[in-house]
Amino acid sequence: MFQVRFHGRGGQGVVTAAELLASAAFREDRYAQAFPSFGSERMGAPVLSFCRIDDKPIRTREPVTEPDALLIQDPTLLHQAGIVGGLRPDGYVLVNSTRGVDDLGLAELEEQHHVGRLLAVPATSLAVADLGRPLPGAPMLGGFAALTKAVSLDALLAAIAERFGDRPRVAAGNSAAARAAFDFVTDELKTVTRHA
Amino acid sequence: MPYQRIKFYQTGSFAAGNRLLPEDLRSVQAARTRSNTLTCGHRACQGCGEALGARYALDAVMRATKGKLIAVNATGCLEVFSTPFPETSWQVAWLHSLFGNAPAVASGVAAALKAMGRTDIRVVGQGGDGGTVDIGMACLSGMFERNDDVLYICYDNQAYMNTGVQRSGATPPAARTATTPAVGQEPGNTFGQGKNVPLIAMAHEIPYVATATVADLRDLEYKAARAMDFHGARYLHILVPCPLGWGSSPADTIKVARLATESGLFPVFEAEAGEVVSATPIRRRVPVTDYLRLQARYAHLFRPGERTDVIARIQASADRNVSRFGLLHDHHPERKQPSLNARTSPEGR
Amino acid sequence: MRKQIEGSRAVAETVALCRPQVICAYPITPQTHIVEALGAMVKKGELNAEFLNVESEFAAMSVAIGASAAGARAYTATASQGLLYMSEAVYNAAGLGLPSVMTVANRTIGAPINIWNDHSDAMSQRDAGWIQLYAETNQEAADLQIQAFRIAEELSSPVMVCMDGFLLTHASERVDLPTQAQVDAFLPPYEPRQVLDPHDPVSIGAMVGPEAFTEVRYLAFERMRQALEVIPAVEADFGAQFGRGSGGLLKLYRTDDADLIVVALGSVLGPVKDAIDELRDGGVKAGALGITTFRPFPAEAVRVALGDDSRLRRLVVLERSLAPGAGGVVTGDLRAALATGDGGPPNTIIHTVIAGLGGRPVTRDSLRHMITSAEQGVLPEFSFLDLDRHLVDGELTRIRATRRSGPSAENILRHLAGRT
Repeated sequence: MFQVRFHGRGGQGVVTAAELLASAAFREDRYAQAFPSFGSERMGAPVLSFCRIDDKPIRTREPVTEPDALLIQDPTLLHQAGIVGGLRPDGYVLVNSTRGVDDLGLAELEEQHHVGRLLAVPATSLAVADLGRPLPGAPMLGGFAALTKAVSLDALLAAIAERFGDRPRVAAGNSAAARAAFDFVTDELKTVTRHA
Repeated sequence: MPYQRIKFYQTGSFAAGNRLLPEDLRSVQAARTRSNTLTCGHRACQGCGEALGARYALDAVMRATKGKLIAVNATGCLEVFSTPFPETSWQVAWLHSLFGNAPAVASGVAAALKAMGRTDIRVVGQGGDGGTVDIGMACLSGMFERNDDVLYICYDNQAYMNTGVQRSGATPPAARTATTPAVGQEPGNTFGQGKNVPLIAMAHEIPYVATATVADLRDLEYKAARAMDFHGARYLHILVPCPLGWGSSPADTIKVARLATESGLFPVFEAEAGEVVSATPIRRRVPVTDYLRLQARYAHLFRPGERTDVIARIQASADRNVSRFGLLHDHHPERKQPSLNARTSPEGR
Repeated sequence: MRKQIEGSRAVAETVALCRPQVICAYPITPQTHIVEALGAMVKKGELNAEFLNVESEFAAMSVAIGASAAGARAYTATASQGLLYMSEAVYNAAGLGLPSVMTVANRTIGAPINIWNDHSDAMSQRDAGWIQLYAETNQEAADLQIQAFRIAEELSSPVMVCMDGFLLTHASERVDLPTQAQVDAFLPPYEPRQVLDPHDPVSIGAMVGPEAFTEVRYLAFERMRQALEVIPAVEADFGAQFGRGSGGLLKLYRTDDADLIVVALGSVLGPVKDAIDELRDGGVKAGALGITTFRPFPAEAVRVALGDDSRLRRLVVLERSLAPGAGGVVTGDLRAALATGDGGPPNTIIHTVIAGLGGRPVTRDSLRHMITSAEQGVLPEFSFLDLDRHLVDGELTRIRATRRSGPSAENILRHLAGRT
């Protein structure tokens, strides 16, 4: 089972991102479960969402406490104690930021994990460029796909197209941002492995 | 109010006035083919205003809808005395659910009929003042604001009679009830409390709101039928004296109702979309004491000594109604003058 | 058609396939997505029904009563405080024998106010005369809606389908949604046993006095007894027509040779099964009994399922609701079902574990520990899972020390916040 935890703020599409990931996994004929950390609706409040992917039916329902991947959609949450709590030793971390991992004060974390598993991607910038709105969910998933290979980009793009099927421009914008992030992370990984 | 050159005052189905009127002007009750929706054999008290009002109102609605009617009843006197197991005196499809939900249940029936393509069948919700003014107010307001296609009839005897005469939001000031006893400095119900549901109904701007009493049964029949001309939420508020709860003589039920209107305490009017369109003028104005003296629930205002202070306040509220609704004027600026034929023939409405 | 879909959405789409004619609802977390989805379908013309935005849950159930009595298929959904607010009408609907279906997105009842899952709400209505079905997964939640209409209309008795709020309603997972043709073949149009019809007027809802009340209520009792037959029959028919198991009275998981059986309702059965598999690998012979139909309580089916084995057995009843002053809710019914003439099965020890109240996650670790403790004989007869003893003791101390101790809930929260 592959478990993902998303961190963000209300209004940033954290729940949608988890659902899109589940939808992408579903398209690859895998079982997936996505759900939010539930709370009263409030813009800007920290929110969590979760996604599990497996090849057999998923019966557990507790929050993801030992994620294989952390997607941090809002870098201002990095200062929160415990945000990387439970991350598996070989886990991935993808942070939405224009700054590098080192600039974000995550050097220590990087040491604990294999090189190439902790990356930053400018998801918000890509979203603004392709979608016109600072909604980093889709590009984060694009980066995630490149980083973890847990889902294919094609499956992700298909999920995006279906989710926003009634709003073609939104679908196209999200797809473009996801693809751009995928390419960005792919390039980053080449750089990293070249230096490793 | 029927417009007729020769006025006959109806005192019963066999009154001379009825036989001299053309058939289409006669009371619904005068017809042998009347529905008898609330038929005989119920257990109402002698002189029950509600039984009288319900009979007249529902037969008029049944005639207007050619019998295609479903009635929803709140818990209360009417429901209790009309359906003592294993009997029922209802000759109409009738549902009783709870005390506070009759308007909502009626809305449900109307929605079902619409969903099933049977909007030819109409719906009446009905209850006493308790089930309407207090516990049913939320459901009533919901029905109003959604404009559900229901005529709601409130039989107002101004207290929770079925449970032993307790005060309701419709109990008038100074009236004695079991929970507003005639003791202390301010005996009876407190001044400054209570709700005027016809005005609340008008505030929702529903298609039709009217008040009526069992003193003018032709007017009551007219209003019940008139209400069925409209679709959407409609409200009919009928004053129905309760001899037991009011402490009046069973023989005085109609008289007491008439005095309520003639004193100005109970204005009789119609409103459409939130605006008053007609008001029944007072033929012969009487002081409120004429009305109060006939009811033991006001006895404490006269014995041992006359409470002129309280009576004056009651008189003031009557005066306010008279001026507010123009009850001493013969013509109300926006009043409809229905024609003879249009009044009573189904096609003319 | 298989979809990756949010539980609420799956329920809404399935309910729509059941051709409801009147839908009435008042929003309450966590049911909102269900009624919003249905409302949108009606507004867009995808579903031909009357949709009423009512002013309270009391009105919602009342509208359903009126609609059902007039001969229409009626549906509503609620949770928690809303279910309590409509309680009078809930009893009324069952008493009148009106077959509407209601989805209860299980949420706890305040005070303290809490929007998260447990079974307190549905449990509070367990004696109202409604059939209560509990879904384990979103697939089952969807399937039970279809079965519910059929059961309700066959028995002329209302049915509530319970699905854990947030855990199921807000979880996106794989659900196989049927086609309209499949549902139509399974669920014929509503044929009322009693109906408000001007051509054949009847009075529904008359007062019944002491001379006949018992007999009328006996009929309700009898309907519940018949439900024990109708529910499995509908389950079987559903399985035949839709090709999957859903519904029924109860489910058994690895109970054949089990020494210890966890009894539970709803979505917690998922993690319970995971824990059982893990422990089985370690040699512990554990199993699970999932109760799908809680009302009527399937006493005979439970007895048959648990068998009359003479070896020592432990039952751990995992309860998602608390009966203050009495203990567990399900435990009572279970004990009564297992009690025989001589006072009860001598070889069965029953533990009650109150868990998951107000949305507290029931974790694999906790379940593993619970089962292991039971197996080792150190699990108390009655306990709360994951209770923070320190927090509770702190408040009890404060209460003992001073009269004006303040609101307990706030004190505990403050204490909790002070820790982090």
